[in-house]
Amino acid sequence: MEGSIEKFIFTLIVAIIILVIALLHVAYLTYAERKIIARMQQRLGPNRVGPRGLLQPIADMLKLLTKEDITPYGVDKPIFYIAPFISLVCAGTGVALIPLWENLILSNINVGLLFILALSSLASYGVILSGWGSNSRYAFLGGLRASAQVISYEIAMSLSLLSVVLMAGSLNLMDIVKAQINSPYKIYLIPQIIAFYVFIISAVAECNRVPFDLPEAETELVAGYFVEYSAMRFAIFYLAEYFGMVIMSALAVTCFLGGWVGPFEVPYVPFFWFLLKLYILLFIYIWVRATLPRYRYDQLMGLGWKVLIPVALINLFLTAFLKLIF
Amino acid sequence: MGGYLNLFLFGLLLLILGIALVVLNWILGLRRPYSEKLIPYECGLDPSGDARIPFRVRFYLIAVIFLVFDVEIIFLYPWAVIFEELSWFGFVEIGVFVIMLLIAYIYAWSEGALKWE
Repeated sequence: MEGSIEKFIFTLIVAIIILVIALLHVAYLTYAERKIIARMQQRLGPNRVGPRGLLQPIADMLKLLTKEDITPYGVDKPIFYIAPFISLVCAGTGVALIPLWENLILSNINVGLLFILALSSLASYGVILSGWGSNSRYAFLGGLRASAQVISYEIAMSLSLLSVVLMAGSLNLMDIVKAQINSPYKIYLIPQIIAFYVFIISAVAECNRVPFDLPEAETELVAGYFVEYSAMRFAIFYLAEYFGMVIMSALAVTCFLGGWVGPFEVPYVPFFWFLLKLYILLFIYIWVRATLPRYRYDQLMGLGWKVLIPVALINLFLTAFLKLIF
Repeated sequence: MGGYLNLFLFGLLLLILGIALVVLNWILGLRRPYSEKLIPYECGLDPSGDARIPFRVRFYLIAVIFLVFDVEIIFLYPWAVIFEELSWFGFVEIGVFVIMLLIAYIYAWSEGALKWE
């Protein structure tokens, strides 16, 4: 028993460290987004709190902590209160499943990939429950749109990841990375470029980001499903959204870009390649937001159902066929 | 490192974090509610009627089609994992399965289930 308690404490410490690092990434992702978009629009962005505005996320957090937590009239209280936590837990737990280093993965389970997909599906419960519970038309419409969008793009995303599973022959994310190292191109980006393209588009849609941000379209639905939330509950939705971006990017790094492996070893800098790939993908998210206008809803559903799903299916069968021939 | 237990632990940590933040907010935050502040936000107007308005049946239709595809994908995942062992037999088998699904998909498309005007 002595050993198992020590092991548990060790795991707990590792889990807390990973959680803190993930939270720092999420917090500074908001800062990076504001700063990069500002530069792309020839503005300065946050530059008052700390050197170059670097303490801005912390200041935002402290500000939100001291704000009034409003529960409007007529909300469905239990649903209204638990919805943010559903969003946060479902969006964030995926961090434990991503292989960060050769032996560093918090939870090395056989169905890792399937579990991440399941969690991202479950996250839509947070969205739809908050939309339903809020007793506001904007929130209700936003929640409806978000759930329809998330389930539509879920299919395209699962189909694109399926061809990766086919090539690796495993659902374990660690095995997928190892299979990539042993494959002729070292990463799956080159043979699976179509799947990668489908995955990135549907990941942007899953996270409700521009150009697919219809659920929270500021100009028509104010903020969509979380319009009635204030103070920390609002911040938790915000955290969940950015957690979603980090998880999707990390999943793309793991499944398509070869995980922690790089062309050469970088001494003294752990996680160098993993973080570099992650940051490039996160930069693309922000870049897309600064570049593209919003889609119309029919265009959005059309793209998901009539383009991405057939393309991903064809790619899957092409992959299967080629794998049988060679 | 470990399996499902660690996953559960991490989820629990996130939940504790979320609850701790909300409790901290409850301690630190102001509480001065008055009736105007508590009205659901509708751009300054007083909301009239129920907020849970009837919505389009298309959302329901999309959910039904989604179910069909999702069940298909759940079949495809185990197939993809043991694809090497199944080889041509599995390829043809799943081909027949997907073609049957594609017929339904094309039917739904031609009926306008995927159109959103």
